[in-house]
Amino acid sequence: MNIHEYQAKQLFEKFGIPCPRGAATSSAEEFGSSIDKLGDGLIVVKSQIHAGGRGKGTFTDGFQGGVKLAKTKEEAIDYANKMLGNTLVTVQTGPAGREVQTIYFTEGADIEKEYYLAILMDRATSKPVVVASTEGGMDIETVAEETPEKIFKAFVDPAMGLQAYQARKIAFALGLEGKQAGSCAKLIFNLYRMFWETDASMVEVNPLISTPDGGVMALDAKVGFDDNALYRHSDIVAFRDLNEEDDKEIEASKFDLNYIALDGNIACLVNGAGLAMATMDIIKHFGGEPANFLDVGGGATAKQVTAAFKIILSDENVEGILVNIFGGIMQCDIIAEGVIEAAKAVSLDKPLVVRLEGTNVEKGKKLLAESGIEITSADSLADAAEKIVKIVKAQ
Amino acid sequence: MSVLVNKDTRVVFTGITGKSGGFHAKLCMEYGTKVVAGVTPGKGGQTFEDSVPVFDTVVDAVDKEGANAACVFVPPPFAADSILECLDAGIDLIIAITEGIPVKDMALVKKRLLETDSRLIGPNCPGVITPGECKIGIMPGYIHKPGTVGIVSRSGTLTYEAVWQVTCAGYGQSTCIGIGGDPINGTSHTDAIKLFNEDPDTEAIIMIGEIGGDAEEQAAAYIKEHVEKPVAGFIAGTTAPPGRRMGHAGAIVSGGSGTAEAKIAAMKDAGIAVADTPSDMGQALLRAWGKA
Repeated sequence: MNIHEYQAKQLFEKFGIPCPRGAATSSAEEFGSSIDKLGDGLIVVKSQIHAGGRGKGTFTDGFQGGVKLAKTKEEAIDYANKMLGNTLVTVQTGPAGREVQTIYFTEGADIEKEYYLAILMDRATSKPVVVASTEGGMDIETVAEETPEKIFKAFVDPAMGLQAYQARKIAFALGLEGKQAGSCAKLIFNLYRMFWETDASMVEVNPLISTPDGGVMALDAKVGFDDNALYRHSDIVAFRDLNEEDDKEIEASKFDLNYIALDGNIACLVNGAGLAMATMDIIKHFGGEPANFLDVGGGATAKQVTAAFKIILSDENVEGILVNIFGGIMQCDIIAEGVIEAAKAVSLDKPLVVRLEGTNVEKGKKLLAESGIEITSADSLADAAEKIVKIVKAQ
Repeated sequence: MSVLVNKDTRVVFTGITGKSGGFHAKLCMEYGTKVVAGVTPGKGGQTFEDSVPVFDTVVDAVDKEGANAACVFVPPPFAADSILECLDAGIDLIIAITEGIPVKDMALVKKRLLETDSRLIGPNCPGVITPGECKIGIMPGYIHKPGTVGIVSRSGTLTYEAVWQVTCAGYGQSTCIGIGGDPINGTSHTDAIKLFNEDPDTEAIIMIGEIGGDAEEQAAAYIKEHVEKPVAGFIAGTTAPPGRRMGHAGAIVSGGSGTAEAKIAAMKDAGIAVADTPSDMGQALLRAWGKA
């Protein structure tokens, strides 16, 4: 689960990580009073969406930049009015962009130098890793590729936690000295505490800045959490913003279905995540475009299958459906019953290709054949994919 | 012969009195697996299916029934604790089926695991089966057939797909290992490939991977260097959008790493016969094996 920058900054404050004072609002009437909470000086106006690249983004009405620096309160309100309710397109949003529903005003900071700082779980070592770089404000993958010597890492023993010397080592590696290095080490230490205690999957500060008065500060914040651990963090779940999620994905999550909307026109319904991905791949292999990823899980009920059908059919781009089930523990006749029930409940009007294999396959095929629903059956995954692609193209 | 499990493996199921734990323990017993004990704290003294003693602790199952393998079916919030208990009781092989264990919990488990001689398979996996001898997990037993093909995979149903293709072609499996779809797991592709490579009765190998991480690239490098046996493979997720978790917690392309393209290229470079589609995994192996 991802959260907004202003929410991440609330967590930063709680864990003692210095950042510029800020105020967020979703209402244009509160722009003035929000700005009044800040000190005098420059004001940064920041669009709040769950995607990176906001500063270089463009709104669909042509307005440039999702992050703006204003010299006066009036100028800041003017920018905020142009952003709120407008749709911002960045390198990470896709062409549809995201509607900005919250504006975050912060005090402008005096920047001496910019750095990069992140903490994430390293899969190769199964340990948290602190990653820092002198190249702040830049895309870290680009830095890793072009100037890997400018990246510093500290792997953390998960049982012991980040040690003070590790935080100091990174601060010195970044070229900081004296008290400033000490402040930076403290910031890194607190950031690790937040990462660990909140079950974050990633915390990224880009840029981290040093200021002429000898301080260090987190200027931006990008934080994501481990979905598997949300059950023990009700305070973080409260940060969830449904506006940032696809309606179909929200609906799917209510039924414990793993669904991800894509741009194609062939919907698929599969049991198992790996097989669901492989089904998307094989649709593409035969020249079609998958409309979604959908894993109904190992023990789906007829109710879940019906919900799954409703969700994939609510996608206007869908022109055909491929059901691919390898019945292991999940029996094919149960799936067939679900398909029949769903087809009746949602008045199915799109071509449907079904491939069943595994436990009780004959029983399942018989049920489908006798149901009176128009179904093209397939013998293998390749056969199924070829058939649905052909049918959709012929329409 | 086979790897990891055989007809003599003595299994304890943790969470045996739960709904899915009990259901699958029963199916494993029907397959012929020696399920010698169950563990549910507070239910010690009960009997499962009129034949399997239930204990309060794993160490009791080891002391009294000689369990040497464990199948963990405990719900996610308590699963890491159950794995740690198995490690502490000295269980050699722990197979964790549970899906949804927090990554932080697994980082701590992994740290402890490395201090022991035990092996962990999973979590979030279908389990391990040596056809005709021992099934520990949730895979449908009947699609398997005793034979000489070793199969390792991060995905459950995609493994069944490969197993079924091999079985339908008239061949069988030595052992199938589901290593699971989580970012931190106990046994990697490389670990499984090493086992198969050293097993005299495994003649050919299928390695199934998916987007996320670089475990497949590591295994490909190992195969290139050490494995003479024919290897076929498949990677799921060529069409997966970057930055999205595709069902499995570990299946994500982030920051340009973990892509299907990179994995496929590494596998081809290692001489692995990569199937173009998931329907072609069995045939790809037979071609590499000179049996097609």
